[in-house]
Amino acid sequence: MTIASSSPPSRLPLGGAEGARTKQRTQRAPAREGRGDGRLAAVFIAPALLGFTVFLLWPTLRGIYLSFTRFNLLTPAEWVGLDNYVRMVHDPIFWASLAVTVEYVVINIGVQTVSALAIAVLLQRLTQSATLRGIVLTPYLMSNVVAGLVWLWMLDNQLGIGNEIIAGLGFDRIPFLADETWAIPTIALINVWRHVGYTALLLFAGLQAIPGDVYEAAKVDGASEWRMFWRITMPLLRPVLAVVLIMTVIGSFQVFDTVAVTTAGGPANATNVLQYYIYGAAFGRFQFGYASAMSVALLVVLSAITVLQYRITRAGQSDLG
Amino acid sequence: MAAVTTTTRIRPEGRRFSPGRVLAWTVMTAIVLVTLLPFYWILRTALSTNAGLAAHPGDPLPVDLTTGGFERALGLQSTKEAIAQGGAGGGLKFWRYLLNSVVVSTLITVCQIFFSAMAAYAFARLRWRGRDKVFGLFLAGLMVPAIFTLLPNFVLIKQLGLVDNLLGIALPTMFMTPFAVFFLRQFFMNVPSEVEEAALLDGAGKVRIFFRVLLPMASTPIMTLAVLTYITAWNDYFWPLMVSYSDSSRVLTVALAIFRAQTPQTGTDWSGLMAATLIAALPMLALFGFFARRIVGSISFTGIK
Repeated sequence: MTIASSSPPSRLPLGGAEGARTKQRTQRAPAREGRGDGRLAAVFIAPALLGFTVFLLWPTLRGIYLSFTRFNLLTPAEWVGLDNYVRMVHDPIFWASLAVTVEYVVINIGVQTVSALAIAVLLQRLTQSATLRGIVLTPYLMSNVVAGLVWLWMLDNQLGIGNEIIAGLGFDRIPFLADETWAIPTIALINVWRHVGYTALLLFAGLQAIPGDVYEAAKVDGASEWRMFWRITMPLLRPVLAVVLIMTVIGSFQVFDTVAVTTAGGPANATNVLQYYIYGAAFGRFQFGYASAMSVALLVVLSAITVLQYRITRAGQSDLG
Repeated sequence: MAAVTTTTRIRPEGRRFSPGRVLAWTVMTAIVLVTLLPFYWILRTALSTNAGLAAHPGDPLPVDLTTGGFERALGLQSTKEAIAQGGAGGGLKFWRYLLNSVVVSTLITVCQIFFSAMAAYAFARLRWRGRDKVFGLFLAGLMVPAIFTLLPNFVLIKQLGLVDNLLGIALPTMFMTPFAVFFLRQFFMNVPSEVEEAALLDGAGKVRIFFRVLLPMASTPIMTLAVLTYITAWNDYFWPLMVSYSDSSRVLTVALAIFRAQTPQTGTDWSGLMAATLIAALPMLALFGFFARRIVGSISFTGIK
């Protein structure tokens, strides 16, 4: 059973021991009296193509179009050229929310990547327990809303267990989600809690592709685990790590749910992340044109990150081949 | 990491007590604790009274053991009773939201996977003009962040008159996601062509081969994809928040956020809120528990976030 990863540079056989043995066999459909299957294919592809066109392709084009209009849902969209973009460039709240979003992404991705890597390596080198793999995935089953609410409670200033422990140790209570400095790091870490297990399993899937005898050979040569990690694991995992990073960064930029249920953008815009600001512009103030322009800006940022990371990955191909 | 000192002597697995291994296990234990403790804390809070929580915030056991929180979450308490116990007394039609979540998630999962499998089959095993171009278009769709299409999609759903309707919530992801098509196409590509040729010789048509041979062969990846799709649909918040206005189409995630916003005078009804989050999360925990072994084994790179 092989499910190849969707990473262009490296193709990983996934799915346990069986998968590791299966060869990649990519074949064309068998030739059949030289006739194509055009009509049949049209039937098979129709529903997906309909969904793709109506709910992905068309909205993408429409979103770009709307960004050049003034549109409040009630009256037809009115073309205003670059007005929304000019306004965006001069909007201090937009820039502040972009800065807050970047701060969130840096903390979230930094902590999550390091933790996920540690968990994946532990699951690979220390124990092969499937139960433990199941356990680290459990927070991923919660919605962001649930994760946000649970930590909101645990970090509550007066009654939360987190602050009970801090006070018990003789420190001052920390208003984690009500303080301008603490709020973003706190939300970033809440989302690490929810997603780190999933990220770790993706990395673990990549680690499974590294042949065990490489480690055995290194061990015979007297290499320590620490050295093996830097000399074997990291170089071979690089392409997988890059793909996972692209995915998690793009996901991280779209943070919304956790902010909505914990701080609602406050205190004083300290957690007004881009997605939350866009939502407020569209559904709070009915500025759909302006909200679309900010969405386009986000799309451009994400595309740039993808291209950049892809370039970096191509430069650092794994030695696994 | 465990710093294992080895000699060239081949030794049996007997490095039980090297300091490195002890350290590694300590780290692993800490990770498991941080992962699981919040779940215990939800349960402990849900089984306490709000008065008890305020009096003994640090007690590791439930304070004044009660099922009041669950009763409030499920709307089993009278308004008067709920307010007396620190609830908002706002009507939460919990069963309705649960049903809505089940309907939306099931509809999305079943349709999306079936249609995506059909498309994946056409991309992987059928020959037709323009196949690779169309597939390239689908792949480009992977690049568009979901968030970008939400506003225009909302406008579209509004024009279709499907706002505040479960179908409106399900529609955008009901037919396909580029990821699902990609994921299943990879599997169909790897099925040896001999399988198909043998069936063709037996006189089976391509449609029959798809339903009778390839779909059953793909049961494991389909199941993995189905569980991931279900969890994603169940946990989605942003899109349902946009589309639903009233109880008739409200799903659990949105209901929880509203429950949180209905703070009574006395402060948040933590006990009721935690009971509600637990009940909202239980179906996914059960689903995962049921399929865990196979999923954990075959998880791959997904763009689901």
